[in-house]
Amino acid sequence: MEQLLQQIVNGISLGSIYALIALGYTMVYGIIKLINFAHCDVYMIGAYVGYVCMAKLGLGFFPSLLASMLVCTLLGVVIEKIAYKPLRNATRITALITAIGVSLFLEYTTMFFAGADVRTYPPMTGFMAKTFKMGDVVISAQQILIAVITVILMVLLQLIVKKTRIGKAMRAVSLDKDAAELMGIDVDSTISFTFALGSALAGAAGILVGVYYNSINPLMGVLPGLKAFVAAVFGGIGIIPGAMLGGYLIGIIEVFVAGFGYSMYRDAVVFAILILILILRPAGLLGKNTGEKV
Amino acid sequence: MKKYSVIFLLVMSMLVFAGCSQTVSTDQNVIKIGVNYELSGDVATYGQSSVEGIELAIEQINEAGGINGKKIQLVKYDNKSDASEATTLTTRLITQDKVVAVLGPATSGAFMATIPVANQNKVPVISGSATADNVTVDDKGVKEYAFRICFTDSQQGNAVAKFALENLSSKKAVIIMDSSSDYAKGLAEAFTSTFEAGGGTIVAQEAYMSGDTDFNAVLTSIKGKDFDVIFIPGYYNEAGLIIKQARAQGIDVPILGADGFDSPKLAELAGAEALNNVYFSNHYSSVDPSPVVADFVEAFKAKYKKEPDAFNALGYDLAKFVVDAISRAEKLDGESLKKALEATENFEGVTGTMSVDENHNVVKDIIVIELKDGKQYKTYRVTE
Repeated sequence: MEQLLQQIVNGISLGSIYALIALGYTMVYGIIKLINFAHCDVYMIGAYVGYVCMAKLGLGFFPSLLASMLVCTLLGVVIEKIAYKPLRNATRITALITAIGVSLFLEYTTMFFAGADVRTYPPMTGFMAKTFKMGDVVISAQQILIAVITVILMVLLQLIVKKTRIGKAMRAVSLDKDAAELMGIDVDSTISFTFALGSALAGAAGILVGVYYNSINPLMGVLPGLKAFVAAVFGGIGIIPGAMLGGYLIGIIEVFVAGFGYSMYRDAVVFAILILILILRPAGLLGKNTGEKV
Repeated sequence: MKKYSVIFLLVMSMLVFAGCSQTVSTDQNVIKIGVNYELSGDVATYGQSSVEGIELAIEQINEAGGINGKKIQLVKYDNKSDASEATTLTTRLITQDKVVAVLGPATSGAFMATIPVANQNKVPVISGSATADNVTVDDKGVKEYAFRICFTDSQQGNAVAKFALENLSSKKAVIIMDSSSDYAKGLAEAFTSTFEAGGGTIVAQEAYMSGDTDFNAVLTSIKGKDFDVIFIPGYYNEAGLIIKQARAQGIDVPILGADGFDSPKLAELAGAEALNNVYFSNHYSSVDPSPVVADFVEAFKAKYKKEPDAFNALGYDLAKFVVDAISRAEKLDGESLKKALEATENFEGVTGTMSVDENHNVVKDIIVIELKDGKQYKTYRVTE
């Protein structure tokens, strides 16, 4: 029983990270039908910004969190402006290939400047280094931090999407871009805003991973990025609550597969889920199966 | 007219220089040894460290008068961490530079690539750090002109198992293995067979891939089991994180590793607090109290202004080991040198006292280092 609870704690920590990244995938897909493969590298950049702030500038965790969210927001907007905007009316495959190009560009530029070596965050002190015991279940302050920050960011995101004007614009653009434009919505700035939001979340995920695992490298985004993508598809791509649900589920499934002694099949199981979902329920858990109109 | 005289001069000077190099290579008072190491590329740190050790040793030997009055000259090339480049360089060292032996490369793959060239030309190649089991011997028998001065992966796995049984009195072990490297597989196999032969049992064997960062699930699942030691065959990148997460979950049994743990990154990744009750085997430790080690550390610090690492020590031993064999060889040719290398017995080096066995491996003590608060604290010697 304790072991089960402990595995759920482990799964939620891992799943929170996937959920944060998956939100960026799903929002961008929802609005311009693009799978933004560069998104996982924005997450990596977030981890590096956090590293520079905490290890080199000696800032605390919260200022560093804000700094990396800010830098990633800018990066997301710049990527959209330079790489995707000129392709707005091109075929979807063109944009997809561009996304892969941007992803490789970010990875290897970082490797050029920061080196391929693993880097480590400074040791945590005070509250951040504490662990709490409930019976045999051990929860570290960092795990609590990850879970709490993730929930706060998701609630904020939901508020922005549901309650604000720009959120309404986002929903309108995602529903029908042309109609939204006719209604006087500035489509370009709405798309930029979507990239900004998604990238900020990825930046937060990056620094949380840096603090939690204490190990970052220029290719750290690749595998979590793919799994977050699976999480987004699992929950129903384009649907924000679906990405959260998918993220948590993928995290917990992964932990249980490894916990039952099949650690080598962990990644295989995640991608098997992707295949099953695409066959059985292509719209995802929360998606509605709508027939495509011809 | 003037133009012609310039060209004439150039040609003449080239002839003169060419003549010079000719005289050097046939100089009877110099013994040439080839150095073929990874000075750039992926594993440049191994090569650079080894060469620092080699150069220090040769400098000391030449200052002390060389071998029977003959000075030693190193011919050094960079193989760029590339196996085919390493093979080309060994050929060049043997056929053009006419060296008596080639030192390096540092890694098993590159070293093995150069062995056919050595056998063909009957000039010994010796590595300081190629630890894969099949480097000097394979199904077809011993590779005649290949030698090494480091222990093999399975010697190391055996030593760690022996240390667990004898020094830690462990009976039940868990293995968490890097499944993406042959190095880790070799270690795990050797550890398992020795540990079980000594009356221990392997309670669980888990695996991970290089690059993984989350080991909590695996650690939680082994936490419910009854065991008294964890062995992690793998490299410091993942081992550091496993140790950190294990200690955070309250798993406080001794953790064992091998020379893959040897990096300052281990302490950065795991945190000093987690690195207690952690032991790993290695070629050498600078906290080893023996006088040979102390002298080496002092000389190394004087020349390079830093603490020597294991590759420095192996490079140093490698050069001295080969020079020892050259001084005992009947003649200065590959065949006599090979016989002298094979006859090496109780050669006293920084990384231990070694004798060459019938498979061209060395028999020597293996050092196990205990970490306390992230620092090397104490060393143990495990005899095979």
